[in-house]
Amino acid sequence: MSDAALGTNHSANNGAASEPLIAADGIPLKQKLAKTTRRMKMQAFLLTVPLVLFLLVSFVLPIGQMLYRSVHNPTGSNVMPNFAVAIKNWDGQGLPSEEIFEVFVKDMALARKNREVGKTIGNLATRVNYEIPGARSLFTKSARRAGRITEGPYKEALFAIDKRWENPHIWLTLQRVTKDFTAAFYLAATDQKYDEAGNIVWADELYQIYLPILWKTIWLSALITALCFIIAYPVAYLLSTLPLRTSNLLMILVLLPFWTSLLVRTSAWIAMLQTEGIINNIFVYLGFISDENRIQMIYNMTGTVIAMVHILLPFMILPLYSVMKTIPPSYMRAARSMGASGTYSFVKVYFPQTVPGIAAGTLLVFILAIGYYITPALVGGNDGLLISNLIADHIKKTLNWSLGAALGTILLTVVLIFYWLYNKLVGVDNLKFG
Amino acid sequence: MKLTKLLASTAVGAAIAFGASSAAFADGHAKELTVVSWGGAYTKSQVEAYHKPFIAKTGVNIKSEDYNGGIAEIKAQVEAGNVTWDIVDVELSDAIRACDEGLLETIDHSTLPAGADGTPAKEDFIKGTLYDCAVANIVWTTIFAYDKSKITGDAPKTMADFFDTKKWPGKRGLRKGAKVNLEFALIADGVPAKDVYSVLATPEGVDRAFAKLDTIKGDVVWWEAGAQPPQLLADGEVLMTTAYNGRIFNAVAGEGKPFEIVWDGHVWDLDLWVIPKGAKNKDTALEFLKFSTGTEPLAKQASFISYGPARKSSAPLVGKYHNKDIDMGPQMPTAPENLTNAVQNNFEFWADNADQLNERFNAWLAK
Repeated sequence: MSDAALGTNHSANNGAASEPLIAADGIPLKQKLAKTTRRMKMQAFLLTVPLVLFLLVSFVLPIGQMLYRSVHNPTGSNVMPNFAVAIKNWDGQGLPSEEIFEVFVKDMALARKNREVGKTIGNLATRVNYEIPGARSLFTKSARRAGRITEGPYKEALFAIDKRWENPHIWLTLQRVTKDFTAAFYLAATDQKYDEAGNIVWADELYQIYLPILWKTIWLSALITALCFIIAYPVAYLLSTLPLRTSNLLMILVLLPFWTSLLVRTSAWIAMLQTEGIINNIFVYLGFISDENRIQMIYNMTGTVIAMVHILLPFMILPLYSVMKTIPPSYMRAARSMGASGTYSFVKVYFPQTVPGIAAGTLLVFILAIGYYITPALVGGNDGLLISNLIADHIKKTLNWSLGAALGTILLTVVLIFYWLYNKLVGVDNLKFG
Repeated sequence: MKLTKLLASTAVGAAIAFGASSAAFADGHAKELTVVSWGGAYTKSQVEAYHKPFIAKTGVNIKSEDYNGGIAEIKAQVEAGNVTWDIVDVELSDAIRACDEGLLETIDHSTLPAGADGTPAKEDFIKGTLYDCAVANIVWTTIFAYDKSKITGDAPKTMADFFDTKKWPGKRGLRKGAKVNLEFALIADGVPAKDVYSVLATPEGVDRAFAKLDTIKGDVVWWEAGAQPPQLLADGEVLMTTAYNGRIFNAVAGEGKPFEIVWDGHVWDLDLWVIPKGAKNKDTALEFLKFSTGTEPLAKQASFISYGPARKSSAPLVGKYHNKDIDMGPQMPTAPENLTNAVQNNFEFWADNADQLNERFNAWLAK
């Protein structure tokens, strides 16, 4: 509407025809045009609706849920709704009052009878056990007897069941645990914990696992990216300069493993590298090593690096190739004809033009490597495990989904930070995937 | 015109057929049961002793699935409200935890059939094998075994020998995880079987167990699935390995492998049937549970794998291995001569400490 109005003013100012242009059916042309473009925009939007919905359902929602789960754990208030309210405003000095104990014992007896998923005493026992190892049996045992406590003093009755209830530590923990929002899982995911007085401290060195593995994941991914680059650059160069017939054949050699199942390729490496495997057998046969001293090349970090470099290699070769293909050979020839040496013209003329491909390839490989799961799980053994394997462990085995979510969120943040750094250094506009 | 007609009539026909079949499912005529267990020789023994007679008796169609233990799948299915597993074979600590968290149906023990000799179920089952949500079927254990053809001199006899890589140089197979390994380490370090858990309950005890594991860390090949250890032994990847006793027995009896079980310091445990809450065929699952934990099926299973039946009345019926002249009695974890220095897995200890000790174990492993 305002456009049409502006248009009218405009034409009026020009002093030309004061009447707007009218289409055949008597509607002003401007209006009609706006209507048509709106309809076209609408159509274009409707065409993208399936994609938007798909992304929403398969990407935004799960990630949002994961972020939420890592800080939101309502186990405490689900299992003991009344106690959660009662202890909320406790000052944390000494032990809670007799009234709070009464609510606790009654809630416990109720929770013991509750068989609803997520609301049983076992759920709370598991949750507290994350923070105080050994608390699980304290809760299940006490809950069995709590039903028999029918009158006060509740404090003494609870102490009679187990002396551990006399420790203020457990009540401080319960106050934290019955709040729906918690930072406890982020602390655990960064090898920290609450001590007895409720201060945040580092976990005992023997129990520190997540930060060391996260560092290892980052530098191992960097190493894998570097190795991929070193191997892929000459290959891509060869592919882009050879005559079409030969380069097509070579291309098939690159693509064939790319199209082969990941599991097949990983298993093939197991057959190759294991102590009784092909490579060791050849070495022993050739006399490089004795039969007793076969080299351990798999089920450790070496195995992870070798298998992952192989699997991620096409992701480096293809962007490099597509960029190199567009560089006219005449540039290098021109540089050489003007007296530049081979190395000089490569460094000054050829290499800079491949940077967009390098940028795309390294980013792709690094991000894929940092979240890789199946290959390290199969060939990683003891010291070749990555952070994603620990996340899978918490989702599938220990069932500590909140901790898994916190670790996942940290991994996502790390990737975003690297992406941001990358953007600062290389510029995302310079990426060229092909 | 003809084509559209044809299409229309096909569609109508299909719709009717589909409606009919889903109605049949709703009525429960097409009885199905998904039984989930640990795979390999163990599942095979259950198929022979439980599934086949049950199918013959009731006509129920049994679908057998394998898994690697743990309660992750049960939890995921129950929380999603889409339970596709009807009855699952789990370890004791998992059964207790899943029951505590409300993931399982409770089972009324009074509905369990009496033993073949008429003893009521509650007395017929060995003490400590009946739980609110779970009924035990077998007693199994983790032992260590070696390949007789590879060890020609002195044979290893005690748990301490397993950790002695000077006298018996070579790789060792251990299950990846803290459970059982810490017990083994303490026993090997000289702790009597009966004191293992009281020592392990102290921080010094845990340090001591890890220190003992440290002595063989460089020689360990870690396994995860029960079928792996016999394979590792057969391939010569390890000289000795811990394993579930039935798997080694089957490699010996069934495949003629030259393996030998050492019964010192083994840690025994139960396998139990549980029914996930909201299982689609709950009633059939309960029927199957009652049938399979009866005196005869339990005794019959023992003729396929060397796991001890959870019912006392089954013991006298345990005979020989199904196709060979091997007495099964002495192969059982519960045989008196095998229990001289053995530990019962303390599920409460592991329910309390598994999270923490596995964290330490993973940190130790990654170093």
